[in-house]
Amino acid sequence: MIDLDNVTKAYAKGTHALNGISLHIDKGEFVFITGSSGSGKSTLIKLLLKELEPTSGTIKVNGITLGRMKNRAIPKYRRMLGVVFQDFRLLKDRNVYDNIAFAQRVVITPTKQIRKNVPAMLSLVGLAEKYKSFPRQLSGGEQQRVALARALVNSPKILLADEPTGNLDPKNSKEIMRLLEIINERGTTVVVVTHNQEIVDEMKKRVIVLDKGVIVHDERQAGYTYAD
Amino acid sequence: MTSDRLGIRMRISTIGYCLKQGLKNIWRNKMFSLASIATMSACIFLFGIFFAVVQNFQSIVREAEEAVTMIVYFEKGTSQEIMDAVGEEIKTRDGVASVQFVTPEQAWDSFKGVYFAERPELAEGFADDNPLVDYAHYEVYLNDVSLQADLVTYIESLEGVRRVRASQEVADILSNFNLLVGYISIAVILLLLCVSVFLISNTVTIGIAVRKEEIAIMRLIGATNSFIKAPFVVEGILIGLIGAALPLGLLYYLYNSLTGYLEEQFNLLTGFMKFLPVNELFEILLPTGMLLGVGIGFFGSFFTIRKHLRV
Repeated sequence: MIDLDNVTKAYAKGTHALNGISLHIDKGEFVFITGSSGSGKSTLIKLLLKELEPTSGTIKVNGITLGRMKNRAIPKYRRMLGVVFQDFRLLKDRNVYDNIAFAQRVVITPTKQIRKNVPAMLSLVGLAEKYKSFPRQLSGGEQQRVALARALVNSPKILLADEPTGNLDPKNSKEIMRLLEIINERGTTVVVVTHNQEIVDEMKKRVIVLDKGVIVHDERQAGYTYAD
Repeated sequence: MTSDRLGIRMRISTIGYCLKQGLKNIWRNKMFSLASIATMSACIFLFGIFFAVVQNFQSIVREAEEAVTMIVYFEKGTSQEIMDAVGEEIKTRDGVASVQFVTPEQAWDSFKGVYFAERPELAEGFADDNPLVDYAHYEVYLNDVSLQADLVTYIESLEGVRRVRASQEVADILSNFNLLVGYISIAVILLLLCVSVFLISNTVTIGIAVRKEEIAIMRLIGATNSFIKAPFVVEGILIGLIGAALPLGLLYYLYNSLTGYLEEQFNLLTGFMKFLPVNELFEILLPTGMLLGVGIGFFGSFFTIRKHLRV
């Protein structure tokens, strides 16, 4: 599903965020990417989203070589991905329903279909009754669940989560992880960038550890042991 | 449901979404939108006033042009066939509105009417001997005085023509005035266009800044560039539409009232100038003004978005 071959990303100042990394993630896998600050985790997510171009190397997602992709094909590619961020990135002037419907409108889904899909997603994340609430009226955990619903409503093949529990307490963090697991069990490939040691240890999934732009460990059913 | 019908429904809902977002953009940036609409209105209002003045002037100039006549005289003994042929030739030329043949008898009658009106007995001595027997001529009326000089040269080169009498001075004044009005129109319209485009561009730039986060999310979700841009273009077009409709409505009312008032209060005016009827004026002003508003709105927003929303 995701293939990186000798990928390097250097910034203008000469710092190497990623330094010749190669990795393969299978369809339907659940992968944690961990590492200290500046290890290149967020750069990796940005490369997968095609927000950044690698300095060298090849990235293939679902058989598509990103380097060869034309600008006008990027929106269609991104529809294959769902994204969740630490700061939720919800639209503050729209209620829960509209925030999720927004993702469907963007990909030009008929209104009739949106009316079916949004409540289904809200039920999945356990917020069916809060569809009229605005983000400011929700807790951090609830906001992240809305963000998750928005990421999933277009049925992405891959879900990228960048520090999804970074702003949440342990209870809410666990709930979000449980949801990610459910989503993964439904067939979506899930890639989670996180610092949260407790969760990584508890979930026993594949863990890729980055350090100074290099993969230092890649182990299945691992814990956080190698991250620091 | 067929895929075609589904496609159409999806497009309709997308158009609806873009319209709604465009209106929301205007509402969110109320003050800037109002400023843009006000300035656009002022520009279109000024354009309308200018247009009305120019149209009325041009109507006066047209009337004056129509009064400009050239007289074509013939050599002694020129046959009627040759004179007829010359008349036909003149009719086919550009700038000629109409051609009227004046026989020696008509010329003599007209002369008598002017010079012997008070003492007709003095003319009786010429009763059987028309002194203007060789003065059959054409009166040529023009609709474009700027072509007069070329026309004179051409007619003088025709067989049988002795002389063409025309006042080049009047022709020059009228065509220069027409040219001046044309240049001033272009300059004022260009200036107004620039001011309006700048203002719309400013409003859209602020709209983009306000919606920066939303645009970033749209991109990550997989919105196409045109989908992201459309609400801003709609915003620009709506500002242009409202900014044009308001002053045009006001102008319609004001022009109608003012010309009516002037014609009623100053009867003398009607002797030498007549205002164009409001409906005749608006036949051109309404579509031009609306098109100008929508055009400025469209291009102002379109180019601003291209500048600020590069992927």
